[in-house]
Amino acid sequence: MNWGWLDRNLDTVLEDLSEHIQIALVSLLLGCLIAFPIGLIAYRWRAAYGPLLAITQVLYTVPSLALFVLLINAVGIGQTPVIIGLTIYSLVILVRNLVEGLRAVPPDVIDAATAMGFRQTRRLFAVELPIALPAVVAGLRLACVSNISLVSVGALIGTGGLGQLFIHGFQIDNPIEIWTGIVVTIALALALDLLIVGGGRLLTPWTRAVR
Amino acid sequence: MGETFDWLTSSEQWSGPAGIPARLVEHIWYSALGVVIAALIAFPAGLLIGHTGRGSLAANSASNFWRALPTLGLVILVFRIEPLSIWPVIVALVVIAIPPILLNTEVGIRGIDPGIRDAARGMGMTGWQALWRVEVPLAMPLILAGLRSATGQVIATATIAAFVGLGGLGRFIIDGYSVRDIGEISGGAVVVALLALTVEGVFALLQRSLGPKEGRRRPRRVSGPAVQPEEVHA
Amino acid sequence: MITLHDVTKRYPDGTVAVGNLSLEMPSGEITVLLGSSGCGKTTTLRMINRLIEPTSGRIDLDGKDVGAVPVHELRRGIGYVIQQSGLFPHRTVAENIGVVPKLLGWDRKRQRARALELIELVGLDQNMADRFPSQLSGGQQQRVGVARALAADPPVLLMDEPFGAVDPVRRGALQHEFKRLQRDLGKTVVFVTHDVDEAVLLGDRIAIMEQGGVVAQFGPPEALLAQPASDFVAEFIGGTRGIKLLSLRPAHAVPYVELGAGGMQGWTVRTDDGGRPAAWVRPGAPDVPVEAVRPDGTLRDLLDSAIASPARAAVRVDEQGVLLGAVPFDTLEDHLPQPARTTAEA
Repeated sequence: MNWGWLDRNLDTVLEDLSEHIQIALVSLLLGCLIAFPIGLIAYRWRAAYGPLLAITQVLYTVPSLALFVLLINAVGIGQTPVIIGLTIYSLVILVRNLVEGLRAVPPDVIDAATAMGFRQTRRLFAVELPIALPAVVAGLRLACVSNISLVSVGALIGTGGLGQLFIHGFQIDNPIEIWTGIVVTIALALALDLLIVGGGRLLTPWTRAVR
Repeated sequence: MGETFDWLTSSEQWSGPAGIPARLVEHIWYSALGVVIAALIAFPAGLLIGHTGRGSLAANSASNFWRALPTLGLVILVFRIEPLSIWPVIVALVVIAIPPILLNTEVGIRGIDPGIRDAARGMGMTGWQALWRVEVPLAMPLILAGLRSATGQVIATATIAAFVGLGGLGRFIIDGYSVRDIGEISGGAVVVALLALTVEGVFALLQRSLGPKEGRRRPRRVSGPAVQPEEVHA
Repeated sequence: MITLHDVTKRYPDGTVAVGNLSLEMPSGEITVLLGSSGCGKTTTLRMINRLIEPTSGRIDLDGKDVGAVPVHELRRGIGYVIQQSGLFPHRTVAENIGVVPKLLGWDRKRQRARALELIELVGLDQNMADRFPSQLSGGQQQRVGVARALAADPPVLLMDEPFGAVDPVRRGALQHEFKRLQRDLGKTVVFVTHDVDEAVLLGDRIAIMEQGGVVAQFGPPEALLAQPASDFVAEFIGGTRGIKLLSLRPAHAVPYVELGAGGMQGWTVRTDDGGRPAAWVRPGAPDVPVEAVRPDGTLRDLLDSAIASPARAAVRVDEQGVLLGAVPFDTLEDHLPQPARTTAEA
């Protein structure tokens, strides 16, 4: 076992790690930014939800490697096709969770809010969205972990990230390199998952209230 | 774009062991193997956990961990165990397919109104009868959703597995990449995408015809995952 | 005063939920809309705060057309209490109560002070202020619901079967407490229910509704019980009209006699150290438990007490539960209300 490899190549690992984080988080952020207005529209106009879901579902079904390749045809190589692909995947999860979360708000709560004199917009931000937050957080967790796993796939077609480590390690038969790549990826996913869960709990104290 | 079209329509791609039809069949075969074996394991397990309520926490925590595992890494690891056979890779596919089927089955059974289960027992059905005649049909939409999700992930992972030598449609992408043949890469991607979409379509039709009408009331859950619990991509 | 002028609600498919309803609900009183499900009582209620817009007709609130005021302003001045309470799960009890004050722009200190005031008013402990609704029982949630409706001190309160989801044992307590509260607050209350006993207990005026929002009879509870205007009303009120009428007469209006040494028909009441009655006793016979009636009790309670007594006499106590005396059956009989006139003669 070539343990020394790790000491000598720490820079590379860290570089791959930071690139990986960058791609994953940028996609997640973009996914959130786009999912929010789309989700609200789908919630307000029920007729739009069906077609919207169908379109996003189609895109989601295309396997990641294939999607990245097709996107390369459109925007060239590098990080961009992977970011676009992962944004689309994140979008699908986030829109669905947002809409379902909003729909799960108890109707009597909405009724009471309207009766108390809330205007629709204020009601959305003060009542409906906060109550839907746990569902959105669940979606964020899913999308985040998914993204981190998929960035590695991008390495097969030349994008950076920790996937480089297992591909290179595989090609030159260096198990340390492979394992490093895998362990760091898993650690990253679990760490971010924990962050999101923690953040979610901070924002939703009422879900933890014990009788 | 043009190269892709040329590649797709050139006759040599449509014949022989490395042709599109051959690879397509390989891909379907590996994917089907993975899903079926996984279902044989995960479906009963899910029924058990959902019906008895025990082991749910373990199942959920384990799958949380699995989700964090990068599929490419998994494929590479298992290949190194037994490089001359495809079986490790199939095992990897099975492992990928188990969580969605297991969790969806579990949630599907668990989410059934306890009153319905009670009524079934009250009518004189044994635990087994209640399970097969009442609970499974009611949980069918979620179970199918789990199968659908698992199949999608397996098809995608099989594509990636071409990197370690597995056959199937991923070969076009991987081999095409190594010789920089854009037509082959993109052509392969197109075929894979079409396969995935077709399978998805079949499932959609299946769900519409097999799933029971939404007559029962789902217990409302304001916190927690909104819809299918396992919709992670591969 | 809330006045409905010829109000109609017709739905696009042709169903008429409420047809040409005219009704006057006096200020400071509880007007009950009583009827079975689907008769239009809830629709009528929800037209007052415009959760449902009438198809035709006008509703006036203290002389002003509710349709002329911006709807959000209107609603912030009307309290609304529903069966499932509709409390915001993501806000504490105090924050829930402070919702309308916050909408009206009160500062935080004032919101908080008002919330604490109301928590006490509805009979809850102040340490509930920072709990979440999920931590409260159904009855407690309903109290918070009422507190929330009262927060901005609106002149009008709309209540849609507010105690329906609470178990019957606690429902009685809530009803009595609300009645006491209303005596102090004097709000104009519109109260929807299908429960006749609740209507008789709480209503200053009851409107019995038939399908389509048609008012079969409108008047104080005694009028409905003693002189039902139609067979529908009589049937709806049910078989025990006479006994229900008894619950409208206060116990303190019936004179009692002090129990002398001889007692009544050989029975005397044994009291404890505080002077509270413990049992009816007679030498040689087993003790019989006493049903004691307080000053705020009703004639119905007295009748109940007398029937349960071996001496056929009701036991009267004061507010602290100390024995005052007994009411023999003859006296009760003298105070029974007059029998109803039959509808044929009316």
